[in-house]
Amino acid sequence: MSADSNLSKATANPAVDGSELIRFDRVTKRFGANTVLDSLDFTVSSGKHVTLIGPSGSGKTTILRLLMTLLKPDEGTIKVGGEYLTHEKKGEKLVPAGEKHTREVRKNIGMVFQQFNLFPNMKVLRNVTEAPVHVLGMSKEAAEERAHELLDLVGLTEHVDKYPTQLSGGQQQRVAIARALAMRPQVLLLDEVTSALDPELVAGVLDVLRDIAHTTDITMLCVTHEMNFARDISDDVLMFDAGRVIESGPPEKIFTEPEHERTREFLSAVL
Amino acid sequence: MKWNWNAVGDFMPMFWHGLLVTLEALALGSLIAFALGLIWAMAQRSEHAAVRWPVVGVTEFIRNTPLLVQLFFLFYVLPEWGITLSALTTGVIGLGLHYSTYTAEVYRAGIDGVPVGQWEAATALSLPRTRTWSAVILPQAIRRVVPALGNYVVAMLKDTPMIFVIGVLEMLGEARQFASQTFQTIEPYTIVGIAFIVIAYPASLLLRALERRLVR
Repeated sequence: MSADSNLSKATANPAVDGSELIRFDRVTKRFGANTVLDSLDFTVSSGKHVTLIGPSGSGKTTILRLLMTLLKPDEGTIKVGGEYLTHEKKGEKLVPAGEKHTREVRKNIGMVFQQFNLFPNMKVLRNVTEAPVHVLGMSKEAAEERAHELLDLVGLTEHVDKYPTQLSGGQQQRVAIARALAMRPQVLLLDEVTSALDPELVAGVLDVLRDIAHTTDITMLCVTHEMNFARDISDDVLMFDAGRVIESGPPEKIFTEPEHERTREFLSAVL
Repeated sequence: MKWNWNAVGDFMPMFWHGLLVTLEALALGSLIAFALGLIWAMAQRSEHAAVRWPVVGVTEFIRNTPLLVQLFFLFYVLPEWGITLSALTTGVIGLGLHYSTYTAEVYRAGIDGVPVGQWEAATALSLPRTRTWSAVILPQAIRRVVPALGNYVVAMLKDTPMIFVIGVLEMLGEARQFASQTFQTIEPYTIVGIAFIVIAYPASLLLRALERRLVR
């Protein structure tokens, strides 16, 4: 995959100025009696690659699902690009957002899932063109041209006419990455994208993501257990425990000289 | 009683006519059941309780009352309200309406069977709700339930003789008429019985084959 310039062209984003793109403000999420996120604050600047690490059940995936509006926060607010995600302003008051408002803000966010979640009734090409055509209003031709570019970048040129079930897990996940990028999101959410893959297929998917991280200015939020990958691509690593960020910093620091005892324990268990 | 081949020959023209009416009622009734059932199933998932509850009420009511009663009701009560339909039309509507409450359950199971990840992917791509239904959920849901829908077509076939009670001359009606005119009973009723099994049994086999292909 030589085409760095192609990739940045294919994923061209609004200019990155390092300004704040995502803000969680005192966000609390409970499942029944279990408080998964406890009054969480954090921000991500545009263009940054942030990896969330921590033991399972510590709330990492919940953060991605809140951003994707697959879950609603019980308390607090989330802003993306300066706009409230699940709320909207009515005069001075903040009220729960309507479907239309949420959809507009959400268009800036793309997500790749652990289980790929490709549409099995559509061929690979249509998986990638479906949303650009029906959400962004692109012409079929333009969407297909772009889908071909993206599928080329993830190394699946020969597979455009296959159905997802005819592909390996690694190939399916790369289609899912192309599908998310086709919407030109400002933010890409990666939810344990290699956890469901056979070990020999992990590297291919991570290579594609490294490429995207190094050659585009897309903002990435990543939940992963692949610590080497996290070290390669991250600007910042956030260590979660029990719904709180207990430590954060650049990967060199977190992975080599963590301050917090829980971080040390966690890293020694996974590294 | 003796089997009379002449009676068989005499009955056949009426039989063919009856068969045609039976198949016509079955085809149109199935179309209504397929379309209306889908509407019920989707309405039952509406976020508005004002849509959901009336639909649940109506479908439960229809499913739990006999088709025969519904046919009489449609045939004798609707004209009182100024709606006059032919016997066949009434029969088709009755069959379709009754079976739509069964197909609604079939669709519901099919929709519930679509993995939640499909809804999530549609949300992540911001697909509009109508597009999510038409391009993602329903194609997967319906594919799974085609065999189950087919089973209800076979069941409906076996219920078509009921529309004879409101005067539709389908197969049974023709047999009955022939019998009352000629006093030959064995031949027409036997032929009608055989006709049902000749249609229904291959249809069941076909559905089983379809099930192996579609439901994986």
